[in-house]
Amino acid sequence: MDYHINHLRELESESIFVLREVAAQFENPVILFSGGKDSILMTYLAVKAFYPARVPFPLLHIDTGHNFPETIEFRDELVEKYGLKLSVGSVPEAIEAGMVTEERGLNASRNLLQTTVLLESLEKGKYDAALGGGRRDEEKARAKERFFSHRDEFGQWDPKNQRPELWNLFNGKKALGEHFRIFPISNWTELDVWQYLAIEQVPLPSLYFAHTRKVFERDGVLLADSEFIFKKTDEQVFEAEVRCRTIGDMTCTGVWRSHAKTVEEIIEEVSTTHQTERGGRTDDKRSDTAMEDRKKHGYF
Amino acid sequence: MTINNTDNQTIPQDAFNDSELLRFSTAGSVDDGKSTLIGRLLFDSKSIFEDQYEAVKTVSERRGEDGVNLALLTDGLKSEREQGITIDVAYRYFSTPKRKFIIADTPGHIQYTRNMVTGASTANVSLILIDARNGVMEQTRRHAIIASLLQIPHLVVCINKMDLVDYSRDRYEEIKEEFEKFASKLDVVDVSFIPISALKGDNIVNRSKSMPWYEGPTLLYYLENVHIASDHNFIDSRFPVQHVLRPYNDDFHDYRGYAGRVAGGIFKKGDEVMLLPSGFTTRIAKIDTFDGELENAFPPQSVSILLEDDLDLSRGDMIVRPHNQPKVGQDIEVMLCWFDHERPIQIRGKYTVLHTTNEVRCLVKDVRYKLDINTLHRNQEDKVLQMNDIGRVVLRTTKPLYFDSYRTNRITGSLILIDEATNNTVAAGMII
Repeated sequence: MDYHINHLRELESESIFVLREVAAQFENPVILFSGGKDSILMTYLAVKAFYPARVPFPLLHIDTGHNFPETIEFRDELVEKYGLKLSVGSVPEAIEAGMVTEERGLNASRNLLQTTVLLESLEKGKYDAALGGGRRDEEKARAKERFFSHRDEFGQWDPKNQRPELWNLFNGKKALGEHFRIFPISNWTELDVWQYLAIEQVPLPSLYFAHTRKVFERDGVLLADSEFIFKKTDEQVFEAEVRCRTIGDMTCTGVWRSHAKTVEEIIEEVSTTHQTERGGRTDDKRSDTAMEDRKKHGYF
Repeated sequence: MTINNTDNQTIPQDAFNDSELLRFSTAGSVDDGKSTLIGRLLFDSKSIFEDQYEAVKTVSERRGEDGVNLALLTDGLKSEREQGITIDVAYRYFSTPKRKFIIADTPGHIQYTRNMVTGASTANVSLILIDARNGVMEQTRRHAIIASLLQIPHLVVCINKMDLVDYSRDRYEEIKEEFEKFASKLDVVDVSFIPISALKGDNIVNRSKSMPWYEGPTLLYYLENVHIASDHNFIDSRFPVQHVLRPYNDDFHDYRGYAGRVAGGIFKKGDEVMLLPSGFTTRIAKIDTFDGELENAFPPQSVSILLEDDLDLSRGDMIVRPHNQPKVGQDIEVMLCWFDHERPIQIRGKYTVLHTTNEVRCLVKDVRYKLDINTLHRNQEDKVLQMNDIGRVVLRTTKPLYFDSYRTNRITGSLILIDEATNNTVAAGMII
């Protein structure tokens, strides 16, 4: 008998272990759900981890008001399928209430406003752990992230202060008012996620697959045309067959020219591509340390 | 508007069955070229994506460096990039059709020993880097000792910068011999040596044309083929209960599943088992997962175990086989690596202990000696363990632990200490 499991099963086992650990160590965890493939994967793994009991955590979605409509539809279907509880934190409502101010200008986005609404929602829900689908291969500042990432009472992340993580031992101890961000799929790469979603036959939003859409080009990146993006007069809109590799909201998600209509075709594309997954995220491009700076202020 | 993948299913369930996961840690002095090596591995195995490479090229040019500084690919945080050194453990990923690799890139300075220990804890392989011009240094010895203490099953010693010593075979053999002499004092079994040049790319992915005398594998070949399947303990059955699954619904009314990750051995349906701490015996009724029942379970699988008898287990308890039990006790001897930068270890200090899924408190009864991790000398005069020190310590726990020696099992033989005032992880321990 061959006692070995392949890399996807090993990653799956590790993630399930982390999810169960969260249930054991925290009082009131919540899953941060963005509608992207990583949070879909994480939710799916949570279903596996607690089977045949229900997932003991609710989902929290921070709605910027600028979401792709497909994302919202998919979210609602998923919640119903697995009998999950959903809370939505709304950026438009926060803008209306004067809590945050809408950005103006060429590259205006509600990405940064999400952080304020996120922290507010976490506090309101009294969640002591927030699970996110972040992976370490996504971006430089995430390469050093822990599975259990301690955040202080302001929701801030201090890279110099993170606890060492050894073996299977996760220290989730905290003082009053503090919480943790948990990243169960830290060791998964973009390719791993697609391979797993393929063999597990997990349904995904159509945005990830090639479709025809009105787009325009800015700074070498194709952006989806929508009422939410401010276009310059010289930015021409045209139609192209594209797909999303990563899904932020409509103001910051770049789309890629692609003909990949099935998961198998996506895997082939991802294996041979030369561009990173987040290469089309204009929110990362704001500065060399954009992600690190946002994390220090409490961003996901 | 979702796509149901079953319509498009062309990838079979067992498509990736042969691909294993290998974790390796890298250690070396800041000038030994470790980051360059990693950059080269990623670059040559075509895992460095175009835009990351472009970004690094721009930064290299801006800094006025010659050529692309591949080390910048692994330096992530702002202050690191400014100082030009790596501060924390950075995890990098790449894969070949044979294996998926996780690299725990750790600093070489002695003041980051704690990070090295962290990165090494789950590694299958330790990659130790030596600068061919300098040979075996204090750093090298320290890294080898840590690899040995953390019981990393395989060591690969890369003798780097061979281009700067004219690719000399004599120099390579000299260093190899010196390392082997030192390593004979350590608890290491499997050591390999490879002469490389990270900068030029010799013997990393492609065979070096400048060292025809070397007949061993390239580094990537080694990483793809080193046998890691036996690295788990398949002999001593250990299942720490992590979480109890009770659905309380109509379909699974009396279901009580003990969920956790197999820490050792092989559990089969129908096996007679003993529960700790109660000592009761029963049989395994079912090994359950979301994907269906399993006939057997082994490390590192996460499963849920159902027992024939209605016995009450909770998190922290352990399921074992009656004729192969772990040690049970409250007096524990450990090799401790101290992490806390604020306070040294306190004799008679109290700490929280996490061991498998168990949480207890402990008292530090004694420090037997501080280990000089450059020479292996046991210092019985200076026994104050400060950040990055390693020593042999005696702990007395409030409740018994069910453990094995770390040599036998890295999961049931390891623990961490938590400071109750700050909640920080202040030490990592390997049970002797």
